[in-house]
Amino acid sequence: MQRTHNNRAWWLVLPVVIVVAFSAIIPMMTVVNYSVQDIFDPSTRFFVGTEWYREILRDERLHDSLIRQFIYSFAVLAIEIPLGIAVALSMPRKGAMVSLCMILLALPLLIPWNVVGTIWQIIGREDIGLYGWALGQLGIDYNYASNPADAWVTVLVMDVWHWTSLVALLCYSGLRAIPDVYYQAARIDRASPWAVFRYIQLPKLKSVLLIGIMLRFMDSFMIYTEPFVLTGGGPGTTTTFLSQTLTQMAIGQFDLGRAAAFSLIYFLIILLVSWLFYTAMTHQDSDDA
Amino acid sequence: MSLSLEAVTRRVGRETHIDKVDLTFEPGSFNVLLGRTLSGKTSLMRLMAGLDVPSEGRILMNGEDVTGRPVRERNISMVYQQFINYPSLNVYDNIASPLKLARMASDEIRRRVHEISEMLHIEQFLKRQPSELSGGQQQRTAMARALVKDADLVLFDEPLVNLDYKLREELRHEMRSLFATRNTIAVYATTEPGEALALGGTTTLMHEGRVLQSGPTESVYHHPVSVEAARLYSEPQINLFEAEVRGRELSFSGAADAGSHGSRFVLPAPLAGLESGAYRFGIRPSHLGLAPLADDDLEFAVNVDIAEISGSETFLHVSNTDHSLVLHLSGIHDFDVDDSIRVYAPAHKLFVYAEEVAEGADSALIRSPTRADNIVPDTSSGGLV
Repeated sequence: MQRTHNNRAWWLVLPVVIVVAFSAIIPMMTVVNYSVQDIFDPSTRFFVGTEWYREILRDERLHDSLIRQFIYSFAVLAIEIPLGIAVALSMPRKGAMVSLCMILLALPLLIPWNVVGTIWQIIGREDIGLYGWALGQLGIDYNYASNPADAWVTVLVMDVWHWTSLVALLCYSGLRAIPDVYYQAARIDRASPWAVFRYIQLPKLKSVLLIGIMLRFMDSFMIYTEPFVLTGGGPGTTTTFLSQTLTQMAIGQFDLGRAAAFSLIYFLIILLVSWLFYTAMTHQDSDDA
Repeated sequence: MSLSLEAVTRRVGRETHIDKVDLTFEPGSFNVLLGRTLSGKTSLMRLMAGLDVPSEGRILMNGEDVTGRPVRERNISMVYQQFINYPSLNVYDNIASPLKLARMASDEIRRRVHEISEMLHIEQFLKRQPSELSGGQQQRTAMARALVKDADLVLFDEPLVNLDYKLREELRHEMRSLFATRNTIAVYATTEPGEALALGGTTTLMHEGRVLQSGPTESVYHHPVSVEAARLYSEPQINLFEAEVRGRELSFSGAADAGSHGSRFVLPAPLAGLESGAYRFGIRPSHLGLAPLADDDLEFAVNVDIAEISGSETFLHVSNTDHSLVLHLSGIHDFDVDDSIRVYAPAHKLFVYAEEVAEGADSALIRSPTRADNIVPDTSSGGLV
């Protein structure tokens, strides 16, 4: 068969190439460029090869920060995913209450990150904050500014408050997409509510849960604003997560080469963990078979 | 195990979904519910299953009143139009699920699952996930799950609609043999007259939440008690005429707005007993022919509108100023649009119904075609004769 080639068709790809170049490729390559040089000022720079990378990988401060970050992100997932599913399951299926629930759930999602930090700064106060005051009344000695555990828990609770809605809304839409006949069939089979959840709802939620887990992992792994506003990373380094360490390095110390190398490693970690989640969840089927 | 519905009515809000239905199903019978979409087939099945509770009337199983008994306490199973299987379980576990929930011994479960999967030809797929199966295999799995537990009542809600033609024929054929040896009541809902005929057993015609007619499939097909019943049980739709008999003269009223006076005939011999008056005549598309079979066949001069060829059959749509008719011819026939042809209606094949008393009202059967020279319907192929 005769095929006609029309090279002008390449022009159609051009807009996408330009957008991707400016939005992703050029900034990324700039970072790669920085990461292999030692820069003193715009005209004085030296090629240092992989030295920054080796230094970063040996940096104790970063190891601590990375471990803290992983614990935090997994804690976020361990709380928000089951809680989100539970909220979605307990929401009404139809009626006027649905809209009300949706609005209530969507509210936290609409609040900017730094405002969330400020809100919790106030809520956590012992004198006028609801949360801090209530804990004080219960006889619990709570102070997020000085007690490392309190600070850590507060940052976690803040994230749960802010983002569980997202998981709940995703799951709710997933649950609504399950045809009624599945529940009918389960009733006819005399399946228990647990069996309905385990064998119908959970498998059908898999794809939205995958999105939820990935989004929450990536977002929580890059958390910056809320702890920065609430605790400034303290007390000590208890709530200093990776992105704050990176910012300190890049802007605080103006250590651009090191920060660039760190950014790339950071990026690869997120990519790797997301890929692991994705493969684990999408290949589950074929493992069972 | 027998099932009877006594004056069962279901209302949802101000709408009546099921209107005073009386039906009895015998043990070991295969029953088809035939009706158009929204005629109440699914609603009725939900009531039989106990998924919904009737607003009025009683449901008896073996003479015992089970009207208010929830589905969990009944032994029924259901197969749906969609292929409903547990998505994360493999075929074996899917089929075994009702038995596991009934806490049956695992040896017995294994024996039963293998037996039923062999009957449905899915024994080689037992280890697969439902998502790795074709539509037909998924529906076979769902059927196996419904049949494995020896339910008292098995409900099929248009189970073959989403399958392709070949698979439908195949499953439909197996369906009867699956139930031949069982003592369960099978109820099968469909919108297709051909499917109802092919499955046999009894047929219940449903229309707007009411039962129009119920009885052995052949008798319902050959003697639809009303025009609506005849319409339902005819594919393509039965040809109808507004007719008037005056002494020895038969006239079909024409389109008055076209200035037509209709068509007039000498009353054919098979209809000689009809008293003067207004009637509705009906004739199945398969009974109209292109050549006269007898001298008193009613002859119509018409133009061809369209000839639809489907497989080895031709559906010929023709019309003149008064009538618009459909012929179901076997074999492939070529016609050009606007060809002038003559079609013949054998008089002894006519259904005669009482006149339409009010707009949209149904009319009762007065006379159905004589069966003397009828060709016996070939029910196995699903064709309408």
